[in-house]
Amino acid sequence: MIWLVGAVLVWLGAWALNVRLAASAFGRTRAGRLAVATLFGITLLVLWEGLVRGLAVSPIILPGPSVIGPKIAASLPTLWADFVQTVVKGALSGFAIGTAAAFVAAIAIDRSPFLQKGLLPIGNFVSALPIVGLAPVLVMWFGFDWHSKAAVVVVMVFFPLLVNMVAGLQATDPLHRDLMATYSASYPQRLMKLRLPAAMPFFFNGLKIAATLALIGAIVAEFFGSPIVGMGFRISTEVGRLGLDMVWATIAVAALSGSALYGLIALIESRVTFWHPSQRK
Amino acid sequence: MKDTTQIGQPVIEARDLDLTFQTGDGPVLALKDVNLTINKGDFVSFIGPSGCGKTTFLRCIAALEHPTAGTLTVNGLTPDDARMRRAYGYVFQAAGLYPWRTIAGNVKLPLEIMGFSRAEQEERVRKVLELVELAGFGGKFPWQLSGGMQQRASIARALAFDADILLMDEPFGALDEIVRDRLNEEVLKLWARTGKTIGFVTHSIPEAVYLSTKIVVMSPRPGRITDVIDSPLPRERPLDIRDSRAFIEIAHRVREGLRAGHHDD
Repeated sequence: MIWLVGAVLVWLGAWALNVRLAASAFGRTRAGRLAVATLFGITLLVLWEGLVRGLAVSPIILPGPSVIGPKIAASLPTLWADFVQTVVKGALSGFAIGTAAAFVAAIAIDRSPFLQKGLLPIGNFVSALPIVGLAPVLVMWFGFDWHSKAAVVVVMVFFPLLVNMVAGLQATDPLHRDLMATYSASYPQRLMKLRLPAAMPFFFNGLKIAATLALIGAIVAEFFGSPIVGMGFRISTEVGRLGLDMVWATIAVAALSGSALYGLIALIESRVTFWHPSQRK
Repeated sequence: MKDTTQIGQPVIEARDLDLTFQTGDGPVLALKDVNLTINKGDFVSFIGPSGCGKTTFLRCIAALEHPTAGTLTVNGLTPDDARMRRAYGYVFQAAGLYPWRTIAGNVKLPLEIMGFSRAEQEERVRKVLELVELAGFGGKFPWQLSGGMQQRASIARALAFDADILLMDEPFGALDEIVRDRLNEEVLKLWARTGKTIGFVTHSIPEAVYLSTKIVVMSPRPGRITDVIDSPLPRERPLDIRDSRAFIEIAHRVREGLRAGHHDD
């Protein structure tokens, strides 16, 4: 009971503090905004811990942060190996290949009405294939190691990026196009100086969607066969051994990696598309 | 059709020009039997209600639209060939600056496309930005400037590669009266300094009369020329010329021309 009451009191106290912080002059500074977010995160963890202890929740159903934290600290080498296997080798390489392929395909589709009619429907078709059906097939084709995971990721990220990029290439202002016409600009000049810059906001939208998909794809694909390392492997094995603390530790790593990747893309986006109304400061 | 006094050589010649757009509601006669000669150094205004084909005609000269009948020559060439030789600069209704480029970068755009050397690019950008009084704003991005400054930048962009013909499609339509007066004065100064041939589309009678050596009055359905007025005003024009008797008489004739071509339908 003391845990429950304590947790709720901490929650209410932190809530009140955060409201005052956010409204104060300090809350508008960079450090202030960071403090508000940090306080919110800590409060969530305290509330989680208090509820788990106060309501005596079984650690199989939901372990508290006090269990997961030490587990993370104790399993760093394993978590690191899993991270390298799944995120760096599987997700990131697949993400890079899929992104590059979609980028080139979008330009080709934009250039050729024939491809527009032919390739887009095929892309649409492939993207509609269920991942749980596709992943075992790709594991058969490319083996148990990260290559098959990268292949799954390529298939998953290709289409959202392609659709966004094709839309982006068509999103130029008629006035801007007329201008290029009056200069008798060649196709490569139009592409480099008008179409690609204008497509960048769309491209980054696609990248942000693809980043989360890449992580999901790489983890889920490991359920269908993998070496004895990798985040998907870890989750499926530890669930079988009722090692839920390790499952949660892996989930934490996955969540952190996903957020970091998304944040990195958002950061690059704000540098590249600084001119777009949504990014102007 | 009234012929013009030959001040310079003919630069743009249109003979029996027709342009029909095929639309969902059937064909639309955007231009019908348009005959016009524009000479070197002329400042020609096209005036008329919306749908009279004034913008379409300007776009035909720039090879952005293609006539369905008749002949149109620019410097003795087809509009397409003239475009390949960079015969004209075009200023659109909106500034149409690329938001990812600075003002200097925007002015530089045609120079990059046309393959000017880097040093020459810098030099020309500096010169035209000075010409439109935007020196010192080269590093700004378009959205950081007012509408009037953006439109001046777009004029600088059209001037940068030194085309003989400057085509302007209601360049000041979206600006307020005071800014418009200033820019009109600046365009006149620019015209005097550079000796370019200017085609200028406008809705405004005072603007047309104030700027032009030749006023082309057009009317809609089908788009056609109803009157061509050679202005007796001197080339040197202070703003207060607009209160002179000659000015008011031309404005009156333009208004009559517009009224005659206007059916209330």
